[in-house]
Amino acid sequence: MDNDNDYILKVSNLSVRIQNQAILDNVNFKVRRGTTLAVLGPNGAGKTVLFRTLLNLVPYDGKVEWKGKVKIGYVPQNIAVGDIPISVKEFLSFRDASDVPSCLDAVRLDGKDVSGKRLGILSGGQLRRVLIAWALIDNPNVLLFDEPTTGVDIGGEEPILVMLNELKKSKNMTILLITHDVHIVNEYSDYLLALNKCVNFFGESKEIMNPTVQRTLYGETVCVGAPQR
Amino acid sequence: MGVSGGYLGSLMVLKKMALVGDAFSHVALPGLALGLLFHFPVFLGAFAVLFVSAVVVWQLGRVTKLSYESIVGATFTLALAIGILMVVNGQLDLLEALFGDITNVTLFDATTAVAISIVAILLTKMIYKKLVLGMISEELAISKGISVSKTDLLYLLLVSLVVATGIKIVGSLLVGFLVAVPAASAKNISSNLLKYSVMSSAFGAISASSGVLLSNYLNLQSGPMVVISGITVFAVTVALRWKAK
Repeated sequence: MDNDNDYILKVSNLSVRIQNQAILDNVNFKVRRGTTLAVLGPNGAGKTVLFRTLLNLVPYDGKVEWKGKVKIGYVPQNIAVGDIPISVKEFLSFRDASDVPSCLDAVRLDGKDVSGKRLGILSGGQLRRVLIAWALIDNPNVLLFDEPTTGVDIGGEEPILVMLNELKKSKNMTILLITHDVHIVNEYSDYLLALNKCVNFFGESKEIMNPTVQRTLYGETVCVGAPQR
Repeated sequence: MGVSGGYLGSLMVLKKMALVGDAFSHVALPGLALGLLFHFPVFLGAFAVLFVSAVVVWQLGRVTKLSYESIVGATFTLALAIGILMVVNGQLDLLEALFGDITNVTLFDATTAVAISIVAILLTKMIYKKLVLGMISEELAISKGISVSKTDLLYLLLVSLVVATGIKIVGSLLVGFLVAVPAASAKNISSNLLKYSVMSSAFGAISASSGVLLSNYLNLQSGPMVVISGITVFAVTVALRWKAK
């Protein structure tokens, strides 16, 4: 039996218009506490706008109900570090991080090695980890993660996803992540929200292996799994 | 002035608005002309026009989402055109206003400049991190409860204040130097934000004081000498950066 208390987020009839264009149209879904929801969809499907709406950064119609005491950590898809001379330690101190080395330890980065480095010279994987450390500073119970593996080389993707899974378990965290990657949906999420302005599919992630669901999302079957050698 | 110009300019350079400070100083021209025409301190005229321009630039940036650089570019040429019409029709000699002359700076002017610089530095220090975070990610800044547009407005007003004050000392044509070059020099050799902001201020102070001393010693105009000192510092930092690579 479904109990309302099992859910940390309930979104009902959510619509967002930006400059007179419908970005999200009548979106409905709910998120169970301590689970990972993957938000999948093509470019321009409204995934990032959905996150901005959940953070109350854009005006919307409909209902976004966070249940109980919620602390949200947010990891954006991109940050514009460019050539700004800012160290990792300074960046984290913007959030009043008192213990920078342990923040970095939590995301498996060597605090001594990384904290004095310029943010702009970090590898894609290191930068993603620093952003996760930023999001984790005040012990959130919900993590919104916009494309966890953007800018990360192939070998660096898996450890980040494994780390997210461990964080979810150890801190009983609820994770919402945006992705284009069917493999991430299949391996690292519990539920799937397929979005293209409106909801194309909402259900358990394992359903993505179902050819009928794949045809709904892509019009054809998608190969998931390790490549054959 | 060197310290405050360098400190505020460090953000200007990060925002890729180094030339905005220069353009801003030209926006002050109608204000300078008004001051000379109606015999009130040119600083007040310059600040009034800069203040209004800063608000207009900020509002246009918010509404149109155009970069500050394009908006200031348009505002600057309009202000310059109005300023030139006022100067020509009013038969004014704007030489001092354009190039500045520190020998004409009174004790009152100097005290006012120091007081304004201190206030501008303290207020900028309060919003420094917010501005940098807004540059790195507007979403992160907003999600942390920072009003990015209001912080930008306050910053633009502080830049107007420093530019208006600097005009008296180095003149309208060269005051843009104070907010652009010391920060650009510091950026060449900084590894973190603290070093960068401190070095920007220090380079501003070194350029201003050595320029004034040299102008006294060589009996030349102070404004150009300040700029030449600053560019020398810039050249040294470029060499250091090149050597480090």
